[in-house]
Formats: sequence, C-alpha cells, structure tokens
Amino acid sequence: MTAITHHTPDALLAAYAAGNLARPYALLVAAHISMCLECRAALDAHHVAGGVVLDATDAAEISTDLKAATLAMLDTPYEAKPVQARSGIYPGAIMAALKGKPPRWKPLGMGVRQCILSDSAEGSARLLYIPAGRAVPDHSHNGLELTLVLQGSFSDSTGRFGVGDLEVADQSLEHTPTADPGVPCICIAATDAPLRFNARIPRILQPFFRI
Amino acid sequence: MLFGVITGRKEIWIINDLGLFPRRIGGMMIALTPSRFAGPIPPLRVQKDILSVTQSSNSFSPQTVWMLDVRDNRDRDAFAAIFDHFAPRLKGFVMRSGTSAAQAEEIVQDVMLTVWRKSDQFDPARAQVSAWIYQITRNRQIDVLRKENRPIPDELTIDPEAAPDASQVIAVEQEAGKLKQAIARLKPDQRRIIEQAYLGELTHQEISTRTGLPLGTIKSRIRLGLEKLRHDLKDMH
Ligand SMILES: [Zn+2]
Repeated sequence: MTAITHHTPDALLAAYAAGNLARPYALLVAAHISMCLECRAALDAHHVAGGVVLDATDAAEISTDLKAATLAMLDTPYEAKPVQARSGIYPGAIMAALKGKPPRWKPLGMGVRQCILSDSAEGSARLLYIPAGRAVPDHSHNGLELTLVLQGSFSDSTGRFGVGDLEVADQSLEHTPTADPGVPCICIAATDAPLRFNARIPRILQPFFRI
Repeated sequence: MLFGVITGRKEIWIINDLGLFPRRIGGMMIALTPSRFAGPIPPLRVQKDILSVTQSSNSFSPQTVWMLDVRDNRDRDAFAAIFDHFAPRLKGFVMRSGTSAAQAEEIVQDVMLTVWRKSDQFDPARAQVSAWIYQITRNRQIDVLRKENRPIPDELTIDPEAAPDASQVIAVEQEAGKLKQAIARLKPDQRRIIEQAYLGELTHQEISTRTGLPLGTIKSRIRLGLEKLRHDLKDMH
C-alpha cells in the first residue's frame, strides 16, 4: 500500500469531533481515520482541545443524589453495544452503513456500479465500483463532495488518489474521476446535496439512477 | 506535583498503581522519591522498569492518576474523585448546548457510567482525561439527539503488553496545558469561537474561516505515540 497523501481537512475534523458534520461526511471521515494514522492523531488533538474547553466550563450545581445514584449503578450489568468490525476493504463505519452485509451493486453502465448507502435531505453516501480505465459518469455537484478510495486508485484533473486518499471537491470542480489501470477502483463518495448530471444519462432517468 | 499533595492511604494506592503500570506501559520509567512516603511501602508487583525520579513535575495530573486507577484497579474512590471533578463541569458544558438541567444530568450520568464501563479505552498517551470525556460526551449527546449511532473510526488494535512510556503521557498533558493557556490568552470573542466550535455550534465552513488553534505540536506528539504503538505491534508479529 502506498502512503496516504490526501487527508481530511482540519475544519472537517474539528466539526466531526464536535459532532456537527453531516452524516454522509462523518461516515467518510470515520472511514478515512480508520485507515490513516495522521488524521487519527489530528482527531485526538481536537479531542484535546475539546477537553480543554470542557475543563474550562463553569461548574453547574448537580443534584445531591446524582453521585450516589451513579455509584450505585456501577455494578449494574449492561450490554455493550456491538461494534461493527472492518471486513475486507470496508472499515467498520462503512460495514455499519451496509448493515453488516456485502454491497449490493447496481449497474450504472460501462461496467460502473454503485451501491447507495444513504440518500436523504442531509445528503448521500454511495459506494462506486469503477473498472480500470473507466470514468465515473461526468457530473458536478451542488455542495462539497468527498471521495475516499478503498481499493485501486483513480485520477482526475486534481491528481491521483490511492487507497486511503480522501478527495475533497467543492462545487466549482467539474471533475471526471477515471480509474487507473489495475484492479477495479472501489471508492465511497458523499455529498450534502443531490448530485446533478451533466451528460450521458438523460436528466429524466436521474431519479431512477439517483446519482 | 501530585505526589506532594497525596497523603496517608493514598500513597500506598499510588505505589500499587505504579506496580501495575508495567502491564500497560511497557518499559516505563517512572518512580517516586521514597522519602515522600510516610507509611510502609508495600511490595511492588513489578520491580523492574521502575526508576527513581525526584522531580515532582515528572508526574501525572490527579485526573490521570484517578483514571488509571479506575482502569487498572476498578477503584471506586478514584471513580468518585473523577465524578466530583467532572460531573459539575460536564453538566455546565452540556447545558451550554441548550439541554435542560434534567436531561443534562441524565447525560452526565450516562457519560460517567461509560467512563467506568469503558475505562479500558482510556489511553493517556493519546489524550488527557478531559479529552476522553469530551469525546464520550459529544458521542452521547449526538446519539441522544439523532437517536442513531454516529459513524466512528475502527479502534486501533493495541497490544496490551506494549504501550507508550510515561514521558509520552506527560508530554500530552503538557501540550494540553499549553493549549489551555493559549485559549485563556485569547480575546473573549476569539475564545467564544473556539468554544462554539467544540460545542458543535459551528459548521465546518464556519470553522475553516473562523478558528485557527495552534494544534500542530499536539498532533505530532500524539502521532509519535501512535507510531510507537504501531511499531510495537509490528515487532510482535
Ligand atoms: Zn489522513
């Protein structure tokens, strides 16, 4: 595996640490951190800062019985929530979004496939499967688009993205990611707005394909 | 600093604690000046790896010592000390996000119970106690708010035998202390922005244009610790 060169921007990490990142983005940030020591350390640094803010917060008076009630519960049996484990190329956060099952791919044409993980007012997250040499259908997007490579690599006008690399594309970028030669590229893409298509697939079919 | 203020039974407690350190903190070089201990010194569980350090600055904060005692010894007194220190701040912190006092206490209780139950996840080589509690609190607040679990990174697989040394823990605490001073020195409106960011009141777009905390040194320090862990893991295989 080559080294990760495209990392999570600091503002996204801070918003993720504070829990104020749209869910599709949070999914990709969590997945990237699963693969990237540098961003894991950076997230910890934001927790350090959050802890400093917490430490500096004025104390509020707590009910007199809260401590006793809490201490009394220490021995109460509890069941830890199961944590979804990584499976193959998919970090635990993505496996959780897949509900623990392998992706169910839907063809998009030209050998390209997708698996929608979430699609709501908050944005969308989907897995993309792009055979070597194929392009993701041309598109632009309204908001920020994040793409994390899980297998293989792709290139577009801004550079090459290998396993673990996170591409951050704002709305001004009309890019055509193309899978590099070799194994098919599998990546996960997230937006906070519906994608709009430029060409190839007639606009009328877009709701069907949900791209 | 810490060892100077602890008296009586607690001294023995600390020594016991040290005896446990080599389990998690391999090759750690920490110790106490024997003269600081008035009472009889019980046998240490692990004698090697313990050196004498006279500077009291080379010790952990009380919060870290309490938390390690919760983690390694399941000590309820230490947990009570953590509760006394953090619960009132935590309530104030949670209420700043507009949570009612009653719901804030529910969250405080949930968070404190998580501190007890998941204490094995506390790693002072990566972040100080308040950072770990901050993380638990934000996760809890979001899960309550959204009624669903937010995506979280895979846990690092840490070899229980190999872990960072005391100097790493102390360095992280010192970095956190420096950051605290840096934030305290900010003008009130700048400080307010930092607080808003970590209270989850700013979007990532707002954060990118409005904050600029000096996190560089902390990041590299934490990364050093993580890399060491990773190397330890490699050595193991
Ligand atoms: Zn990264």
